[in-house]
Parts: sequence; structure tokens; C-alpha cells
Amino acid sequence: MNIYIRSAACISPQPTFGDQPSWAATEPNSDNPSWATTEPNSDQASSSTPDLQSDRLTCIEPDYKTLLDAKALRRMSRIIRMGVATANDCLQQAHQKEPHAIITGTAYGCLEDTGVFLQSLVERKEQTLQPAPFIQSTHNTVGAQIALMLQCTRYNNTFVHRGASFENALLDAILLLKEGEAETVLTGAVDEITDTSHAILQRFGLYRHARAGEGAAFFLLASQPSPTDQAKLDGMTTLYKPGDTKTVENALRSFLEQHDAQPDLVITGTNGDNTNDQLYRQLAAPESIFAGKNLLSYKQLCGEYPTSTAFAFWMAARLLKEHKHRQILVYNHYLGIHHTAFLLSAVVQNKPE
Amino acid sequence: MNVNVSRLTASPVATRVDPAAASNPAASPHPVPPPPGVAIAGAGVISAIGNNIAESLRSFESGTAGMGDITLLDTIHKGQLPVAEVKADDQELARLAGLATSIGGRRTTGSDIGNASTGGNSPGNAHAFPLTTSRTALLSLIAAKEALDEAAIPGIETLRTGFISANTVGGMDRTEKFMEARLSGQGNGRLREVYLHECGAVTEWVADRLGIKHYQTTISTACSSSANSILFAARLIRGGLLDVAIAGGADALTKFTLNGFNSLMILDPDLCRPFDDGRAGLNLGEGAGYLVLVSEKVAATLSCKSEVILSGYANTNDAWHQTASSPDGRGASLAMEAAIERSGLVPDDIDYINLHGTGTQNNDLSEGTAISRLFGPAYPRMSSTKSFTGHTLGASGGIEAVFSVLAIRHGLVYPNLRFQTPMAEQPLVPETAFLKDQPIRHVLSNSFGFGGSCTSLVFSKQQR
Repeated sequence: MNIYIRSAACISPQPTFGDQPSWAATEPNSDNPSWATTEPNSDQASSSTPDLQSDRLTCIEPDYKTLLDAKALRRMSRIIRMGVATANDCLQQAHQKEPHAIITGTAYGCLEDTGVFLQSLVERKEQTLQPAPFIQSTHNTVGAQIALMLQCTRYNNTFVHRGASFENALLDAILLLKEGEAETVLTGAVDEITDTSHAILQRFGLYRHARAGEGAAFFLLASQPSPTDQAKLDGMTTLYKPGDTKTVENALRSFLEQHDAQPDLVITGTNGDNTNDQLYRQLAAPESIFAGKNLLSYKQLCGEYPTSTAFAFWMAARLLKEHKHRQILVYNHYLGIHHTAFLLSAVVQNKPE
Repeated sequence: MNVNVSRLTASPVATRVDPAAASNPAASPHPVPPPPGVAIAGAGVISAIGNNIAESLRSFESGTAGMGDITLLDTIHKGQLPVAEVKADDQELARLAGLATSIGGRRTTGSDIGNASTGGNSPGNAHAFPLTTSRTALLSLIAAKEALDEAAIPGIETLRTGFISANTVGGMDRTEKFMEARLSGQGNGRLREVYLHECGAVTEWVADRLGIKHYQTTISTACSSSANSILFAARLIRGGLLDVAIAGGADALTKFTLNGFNSLMILDPDLCRPFDDGRAGLNLGEGAGYLVLVSEKVAATLSCKSEVILSGYANTNDAWHQTASSPDGRGASLAMEAAIERSGLVPDDIDYINLHGTGTQNNDLSEGTAISRLFGPAYPRMSSTKSFTGHTLGASGGIEAVFSVLAIRHGLVYPNLRFQTPMAEQPLVPETAFLKDQPIRHVLSNSFGFGGSCTSLVFSKQQR
């Protein structure tokens, strides 16, 4: 079987949402892995001059009023807006009214609402609490709001497995397409940074050398080809705590062999942290699997977060759509725990008869 | 987990998932033969009515509910709102889980957020357990271990085994302590209290202790979470991606959820009365429930043959409101209907329904309406075991799946406690007595949640 990425939408610290010719025109260059002509949107969205010293990238959000129902919008927190807007855009690009399934990945869930409820619980000593933030704190809120917007009563699932949340959403989507339960699946991932979550994760030392990120990306996957297809998904492999580089390398080798794959670009999850990046360097050492390969980093664009692979997936699909490459391997590890590889390839355009 | 798309064989698209076709199977252009079910090799449960299967069955037989005054949570609702606590503090739970406790442990460092297996533990002591471990993780480990022990799968270490878990608030029981310290100006809060904050971190912690490395995931769809993990596990096995799956979920009582449901004004200040006309809300509970699902190949190797299969399942969405269920229970109807159809059965074949039955005005009426539309006028026996365990949120689908399997194994129908008057709008009468020696072949288990999440599972007696 084949799986087609019919459309893709992404809100990130880059101008990735909607028509973005400037972003699309940026040419990846293996000699300069810090590829980006536009600087990431640092720190607060409100700040007009990006603070490049900041350890935190914030999403560039569209004007939602032009995209979503005003009444529904008022009740939505930032992560819900980002998720619903990307899902909506994805369906519009593919001219699809309703998908056969909606599957979301999120590691942290709705942090803003969780934080608001938790804080008022402590400060008000459990009295006279407003239910709204509790209601919206549930991890499946984004998927639920998409279903509500579309009046979609079909399959709806949410995976919350840290650095493998998007990967599991994708796995579920692949299974549904294989089972014939669905011909189109809307799947994606969302995660947000809040001041509180950032302060706590900083204390764990995650951003001493890397920048935190966030984002929302949705994809419409389909079992049948269509004129809007951006790329094909050839396969995916995940590893949990592989222990050493050799295990990772062997898994990646066998993954590529199984697919008879010769990717002409490898997108990797280096994030500037020496400990984190050591594995990527080892894999690119002479005679190692990535030696001599065309390598491209992505986290300087979106920052480090557990579902950043959804951004990388979006980026791969975008590059393949523009026929800059034939086949792309995405390889990322999240804190050395969850390792992910996606293989995507360009769609061979059938000439109209 | 490794997926090569080109090597997957796509099944013809079944129109069964289309609600219109589901109600009219004859219209389906691709009639799909009922697929073989997935064998259940083991079960494990912990809740307010028992720390294991044997204790739970004794409570059902004696009609002893698990609700009572709050003893473990430090909350202003103590003595006001009844809850269904697991009758053990965290140290006792750690003992039940076979963990050695180490008070304090080494200082939590940066690598711990990325390392649930060592977080807060003394290095070199894989089983040491810091007292800051989330109660959700402890409950999860206890029930998952019981399920795995019961399954006793020969040569499990050579099989592709997955841990598919679920919860709604991860390590919130600890996070709220962290936030109290942080917000009240008593320092910044201890990091060792948030290293299991994420839902997925709880799963990893448990999987590491079960020695499961091949595959693990976490689902969070509010109160249907662990029904979805069982559904997903069955599909991974049927899709040939796993040989063995431990699937279910866990949730501990937290101030976060207690106050959340209280702010929605759906907590009954007395013991809950599911499906009763005078019902006034739910009681929160805690616990964990897991099933071990195995492939046909593995099922053939079991010394104790599986008696029950998961024969049907369906996940739908109500698409009505973020928290409320639609008055006609459309999501619930679609889920029950599709699950029964997948199992190759008709509603008449169902011998017992384990209701979602929370005891709220909204749920019970919505679920009742869907049931009367689908089953009326000849109803199977039905009851809400939440009248014993309280509503255990992300654990409820798993716990009730275990009870459904036990109902088939032992021919049981559980009583719906405290039921007196049928609902005026939908006069359904749940079973109020504990029934033994019943010919229970097919059980339908319902789990519905916030966000319109509706999941129904059908369990059937293994045909021989």
C-alpha cells in the first residue's frame, strides 16, 4: 500500500503558516546547516525585535479571526487555536470537508489551562474555582475541538507519549489506513510553552545550550493519490532507550535496507547542546551511516520540544513537494530516550492523459 | 516499532465506519466478515474495592462499595465529598508493587527529566523507589504486574511485547505539591516531584520496571482513555506489529481532578446512584486495570488457555460539546453499534452491559437514551460498577474491561448499588443483585469522556 501526504499545515516560530513564498524560497544547504534566512521568532510573540539570546522560541501565530469562528475562538487557549487552525488549513488545502479520523499527539497537553487551574486551586485554597480551564485542560481538547468544528463523529484519538507522541499518532493513522477503516486521516501534533513550564524545564537544565520550542502541525494522510499530494510516507521506525550509538546505527541501516532507500537528504534533530548532538556527530563520522550524506538540521527553526518531529515531517513534505529532493530521511532523538526515523519520498507526478 | 508502508497490505475500505452504512449493513459494497477476536491472556486490577482480582470479586459478592471519607488527599473537601480511595498509602503501594523504598534518594538532576528509569532513584538500585513517585505510576505497576503474572506467557522475553497505557493527569498528584511549594513562596518546589508530570513519563516509569522495551505508548482521551488503549492494543496485534500487549490505564485521586469536577458541580455529596432518577453526580475514584492481549500464535502456547476474547471495539466522537454528552447520545450509539457489528453480533447477543454510568444527570440520560434506541425493548442485564469503584477517570475503561472479562470467566453480573427509581425519561432498570452462574457469552463495556470521546468494547467467550 501507499500513504500520501495530501496536505500539511504548520504554525511554528517560523513564518510557516499559509502562503509563505519567502520561507519556501529558502534553499537548504548542506554546507550551512544553520539554514534559515529568517531569524526564528524568539521569546514573546509580542516582541517585535527577536531576542536572539533568548532560550525560547515562540510561534508566529496567524490572525485567527480570519480563520476561525469568533465565538468558538474566544473560548480557545493558544494551543487549541494553533491546533484547530492548522487542522482547518490542512483540510482546506486538500479540499476535504471531513476526514475519516482525527488523531493528535501532544506531550504536554494543554499546559496553559492546566497551569491556570492549578494556580487558582492553590491560591484560592480550593474555593470558588472556575471550571473553564479545567474543562479545557484535558489532553484530548485539541482533537475534540477539531471534531466539534467539523461535526466529525468518527474515530478520534490522542497520544501523549513524550518524545513519541507524534510518532504514535502517525502509527495509529497508518494502521487505520491499512485496516481500510479510513481513506483519509487528519493527524498531527501540538505542544506549547508557558512561562511556568519553561521555568521548570529550565531548572532541569534542558535549555542551557539548546532553545526551547513549540508548534502545531497537521497532515492529511490518504491511502489514495490526489492532485494535491505533497509527498509519500514510506515508513517509520522508533526506538526506546537504545543505549548505544551502534544500536541506533544498526536500526537505521536495517530501516533503510528494508525500504531499499537512498535518501538524498537527511534532516536531523541537532539542537546545539553538545551532549545531545554527540550522537548525530557519531552517526556522521567517517564510515558511519550518515557519512558523506547531505545533512540538514531543523531545530534552529522550531526549537527543542517533544513533538518537534512533526515540524521536521512538515519540512520534509514541503521540500519534497517543491521537488528539491527525491527522498528524505528524518532522524531525531528526544533526550536520548525516544528515537525516530521517518522516510518520505517525492510523488511522481502522473501526466494528465 | 518498525513500519514499512510498502509491505503493508491494505484491507479493502470497510464502509462499516460510515455511520450511515453501519445502520444499514446491507448497503455496504464491501461486506466485511467478522474478524477473529484478540485473545485475553491475563487481567489485573486495583481499585477502592480491592488490590487485586480476588479482593475485587469478594467486594462485588458482598456488595461492599469502596467509597468513604477522604483520608489520603490533603484537601478542604475532606469529610464533605466521598471518594473511592485505594486502601493503601504510597509506601504500602510501593510494597505491593515489589519496590524497595528509599526516602530522599539522590538529588534530582537535569538528566532525570529525560530519564524516567532513574529519575530520583539511587543509581544501581533499579527497584529503589523514591517517595516522590506518582501514585498513578504505583497503581499502574501493581495492576500491570498482576495481569502479566496471570498471563504467564512462555518465553515472553523473546516476543514483541508492548505496554499501552493511559491516564488523564499523569503525575499530577505530585505536581500539585510542587506547585503549592512554588506558589506559596516556600522555595521553588522540588524537581523530583515533577519528573513524572507528563502522562507519558508515568508509562515509561512502569514499562521500565516491567522490562518492556520493544514498544510503549500512552493514550489520553479523558474518561475513555484506557478503553482506547485496549482498542489500540488489539489493532497492533491484529496488524501483526505486536505479539503481546499489556493494555489499560491508571489514575490516582488528585486535588486537581477533585476540584475540577467539583467546580463543574457534578460530584455527589453522597454515594453516587448511577441510572437512578434521583442521581446527583459522580464520586471520584482511583485505580488501575490492565488486560494482556496476545496474538493467535502466542495464545496457542499458553498453558492456561484464554477463555475470553476482545471481539469488537469502536471509537467515535459525540461532536456535541467539550464536556456534555448529546441528549440523544449519538456518539455513544455509534460506538456501541459499531463495536457490536465488528464482533459479528447483533444487540440481542449481548448478555451484560457494563455501563459507563457515572451517576451524573447528563451521562446517564444520554447513555440510557442510546441504549434504549439500540437494545429496546428487550434489554440485556446492565450495571455500573462505578457504584463500587467510583469514577476512576483514565483507569475506568481498563478497570471495567477487567470486570467484563471476569463476568464472562465466572458467569457473573455485578449489582448496580443504590438503584431505586428508574429515570423518568428512560426507565431502564439495572441489575441490583450479584448474580452467579449466569451464561454470560458477550459483554459490552462503555467508556465515554470529555471531548466527546466514546469507546465501546465487546468481550466474548472463546468459542471452542
